[in-house]
Amino acid sequence: MSLSINKTAESHPLTWCLREDEQPVWLDEYRRKEGYVGVEKALAMHPDEVVGLVKDAGLRGRGGAGFPTGLKWSLMPKDESMNIRYMICNADEMEPGTYKDRLLMEQMPHLLVEGMIIAAHAIKAYRGYIFLRGEYVEAAENLRKAIEEAKSAGLLGKDILGSGKDFELFVHTGAGRYICGEETALINSLEGRRANPRSKPPFPAVSGAWGKPTCVNNVESICNVPSILNRGVDWYKGLTVNGSNDCGTKLMGFSGRVNNPGLWELPMGTTAREILENYAGGMQEGLDLKTWQPGGAGTDFLLPEHLDLPMDFEHIQKAGSRLGTALAMAVDHKINMVSLLRNLEEFFARESCGWCTPCRDGLPWSVKVLRAIEHGEGQPGDIETLEQLCRSLAPGHTFCAHAPGAVEPLQSAIKYFREEFEAGISGQANNLREIRGIQPNQQ
Amino acid sequence: MNQPIKIVTVSDDSDGFVLSDADAQAIEHEKHHYEDPRAASIEALKIVQKSHGWVPDGAIKAISDLLGIPASDVEGVATFYSQIYRQPVGKHIIRYCDSVVCHITGFEDIVTELEKQLKIKPGQTTPDGRFTLLPTCCLGNCDKGPTMMVNDDTHVRLVPSNLANILEQYQ
Repeated sequence: MSLSINKTAESHPLTWCLREDEQPVWLDEYRRKEGYVGVEKALAMHPDEVVGLVKDAGLRGRGGAGFPTGLKWSLMPKDESMNIRYMICNADEMEPGTYKDRLLMEQMPHLLVEGMIIAAHAIKAYRGYIFLRGEYVEAAENLRKAIEEAKSAGLLGKDILGSGKDFELFVHTGAGRYICGEETALINSLEGRRANPRSKPPFPAVSGAWGKPTCVNNVESICNVPSILNRGVDWYKGLTVNGSNDCGTKLMGFSGRVNNPGLWELPMGTTAREILENYAGGMQEGLDLKTWQPGGAGTDFLLPEHLDLPMDFEHIQKAGSRLGTALAMAVDHKINMVSLLRNLEEFFARESCGWCTPCRDGLPWSVKVLRAIEHGEGQPGDIETLEQLCRSLAPGHTFCAHAPGAVEPLQSAIKYFREEFEAGISGQANNLREIRGIQPNQQ
Repeated sequence: MNQPIKIVTVSDDSDGFVLSDADAQAIEHEKHHYEDPRAASIEALKIVQKSHGWVPDGAIKAISDLLGIPASDVEGVATFYSQIYRQPVGKHIIRYCDSVVCHITGFEDIVTELEKQLKIKPGQTTPDGRFTLLPTCCLGNCDKGPTMMVNDDTHVRLVPSNLANILEQYQ
């Protein structure tokens, strides 16, 4: 966040409090900067009103899928006898190319704690967990300290600010494995089990942690909530630019071989070109942009011609990709797409939990084919095999979105850069036989 | 010659493992954060690992007794998560990011240099037990890559020529 942008509470609700020295904002300073005003306002309201407000604000999940946050909250059972409910924050940031939640948790831990209290009030949860990846050591330390500060100030625990609302919050740290970021796998992991995703339905809102109604939201989604309470729906909706139908601001970034890789809070609808050229300083000397991923390893590649699209859920989807985490990755002309895809699919194959056969067996198969093509040892039919894998691993064939996410970059890379794949196919097939058009790909 | 069949059972001290009182207490404390003691299993493994460096067989049994769940379940969890080590590791763990942005910024050169310095391949431990080298998925420093962690410390903007200096800090 090195650019000297004049940040105010009105224009940069997520990051305006950040300190120049990049030290965490602790309770006293946070309260001086409008901290916990959102909690006071929320506690004075009926939980359903808070849900309605977040729904009206149009906040969509910032973890990648973009599911409306208010709608997710409203799916919690109306049945008051189901009174043990859990509010979980998904802080298992592990998507390759993503570094946004880390900043919020390390430097603004109270923003997340405040958001969690408001969310817990809205969904009537008495207990919450922040499921944090094990490698984020500093975030764990800062969040725990923030929770202690909030407890001492009567903002957590019994009878918060005299409202009668009880809420206790724990930091739960993981022990690796990307799949823990999948909502139901996360719940299994929290329960002390292997992080295999669960079959849905039932959805966590009905039966989540220990079979109780549970809501899981991403860090950045929750961090948007305090300012919505504080400044209202109209203000939040008005933050958007370029005629985007999405609301609020978003942490966006560009990484790869650009001059100034980084992370900035920008209005929904800011164009990718503006982020790349004005904020990330363009491509490094001598490098041209070849392709880019808009929001993480599991999003389809887009071309330079797509840079003028507004970065929001709707426009990026229309172009054939997904906004994902909105932290884009630039691929320059010196990077070979087959090697890049081999790296991506090695990651997805390694991180598959092994629960569903298409994912467990299909992803290593794609790696094997990609390795062969990378070494110029591909055989006729290999590209078709990869395309067939893209179809077999598409949504609907597995419990979770891991495999479908894994083939998004693959299918788009073949679509846009087929000639690079063809260049790795050598000579005649030396396989013994074809099985209904699928090459066995012997080593 | 019929010999009576000797049934070998895994006892608490099968590999000389003894759960310390402090660790047992820490695990007991963790149990209270959850509706069900099983939820403390991952944390329990991490507690044991912190004091022993890795998780020996005896620890699996001790944790299963403490949490009241089958040892096979604890083993299932221990072998699933990449940061739980079921075999001895070095004193310092190097985890380098091998994800896509570090692929673009050149983690391969970093690994090659680490392999040269340490004379081991990823997944191995140096003969003197000082370092274990492991790949890990995206460490969330993509704007400062290539990146790696040594124990709990994060190192960013790595270049092959400064790796020797970094390793020097970990004796």
